[in-house]
Amino acid sequence: MRIDKHPILSFPKKEPIPFIFEGQHVVGYKGDTIASALHALGVTTLSYSIKKDRPRGFYCAIGNCASCNMMVNGVPNVRTCITPLVAGMIIERQTDKGVIR
Amino acid sequence: MKHHELIIIGGGPSGLCAAKMAAEAGIDVLIIDRSPELGGQLIKQTHKFFGSKAQYAKTRGFDIAKILIDQVIHHPHITILKEATVVGLYPDRVVTVYQHETYTRYQADRIIVATGASEKFLAFENNDLPGIYGAGAVQTLMNLYGVLPGQEIIMVGSGNIGLIVSYQLLQAGVHVKGIVEAAPTIGGYKVHASKIRRLGVPIWTSTTVQRAMGKDHLEAVELIDLDAKWQPLLGTERIMSLDALCISVGLSPMHQLLSMVNAKTKYINELGGFVPIIDDHHQTTVKGIYACGDAVGIEEASSAMMEGYLTGLYVATDMQRPHPDSDALKEKYDYELDMLRNGPFGIKTKIGLEKLRKDDIHAQ
Repeated sequence: MRIDKHPILSFPKKEPIPFIFEGQHVVGYKGDTIASALHALGVTTLSYSIKKDRPRGFYCAIGNCASCNMMVNGVPNVRTCITPLVAGMIIERQTDKGVIR
Repeated sequence: MKHHELIIIGGGPSGLCAAKMAAEAGIDVLIIDRSPELGGQLIKQTHKFFGSKAQYAKTRGFDIAKILIDQVIHHPHITILKEATVVGLYPDRVVTVYQHETYTRYQADRIIVATGASEKFLAFENNDLPGIYGAGAVQTLMNLYGVLPGQEIIMVGSGNIGLIVSYQLLQAGVHVKGIVEAAPTIGGYKVHASKIRRLGVPIWTSTTVQRAMGKDHLEAVELIDLDAKWQPLLGTERIMSLDALCISVGLSPMHQLLSMVNAKTKYINELGGFVPIIDDHHQTTVKGIYACGDAVGIEEASSAMMEGYLTGLYVATDMQRPHPDSDALKEKYDYELDMLRNGPFGIKTKIGLEKLRKDDIHAQ
């Protein structure tokens, strides 16, 4: 959910950025990271753990903890909390270590 | 391989201040930061700072970030790499950088590691459920991106960060159900705690989180009281529903890059964990590699800035190209840093630094 009223900060409506999450067409806004756009859409499970298949979400927001790693345009292990959202990105949840191409 | 006279790893308060001083001394500086924006954690801090004028008192964190960024962004001697992660640091002062799917090597005459800190974690059942966030992450999500972390939240930790972020959650319209504190007393400043309590948020001391519950997302937590020896008191368990839990149990200095060059580190509880051993000029045990800010001990952003200014000045002096106002500025920032450390939380840092200096191993 996005904040619309805040005593100190203002969050004016920004340019919409369309992208694809798990095959669905969705929209974030300019200035979003991939993780913030997904969070605003109510998506909090960003990946599943490799061995036990447990849901994993956003934790540190500084690109340190690897909890938000996802597949972006086919590239695995992208730290979505520090990667700006770009129009047309294809975002998928990761369930394995990923393969280096 | 690209070359710069000075590479600063981390564009937060400490790194930016170091860059300003070095650039003013005529040194060619490269700042590398993994985030999309410079300013480190300041850019999402909406509260006003304490301290003196030199420490930007009464200014909000994000406005301080703007000041520090403006000081470096157009400086002709400063180059900036954003969305760039340093993945390797080598003793011959080679830095390897991953940026936009490209891997590049840089070499420098001097390096400053100003990597800051990372959020500590807490062990409890199901602590990996989505909806459990670090306090810094919650601040980023709501203050930088304008996205709410949840509707009903419990904060774990009553240090200053826990208290301040709780207040900011209230400002953003989130229902803060309470603040959990394992210690018998509140960790942060009384002024912050009182403000929160006046707004009706309870602070439960001698309490911890026993487990989290939920299927794909956090739905509830079980809290439990702790006795004088920090042991859980059976029978005091209670379950509370919520959709977000915020963990604010302290920070760890990010010393990992320094470990890659075998810089000597020491575990000092007062400074937040493993920290590099540094000399009076902030040089680590590896010649030419310096460190400052939270990476050498957890303090406030104000201290990180003062340390950054000082480290920039020391590096310039060590390169035989002192800043034109070197002596006066060193005296000024030394004084400011000392003032900060004379504050109520400064004593911890002072004890920590004393322990660190006890077996001070200077660079060969």
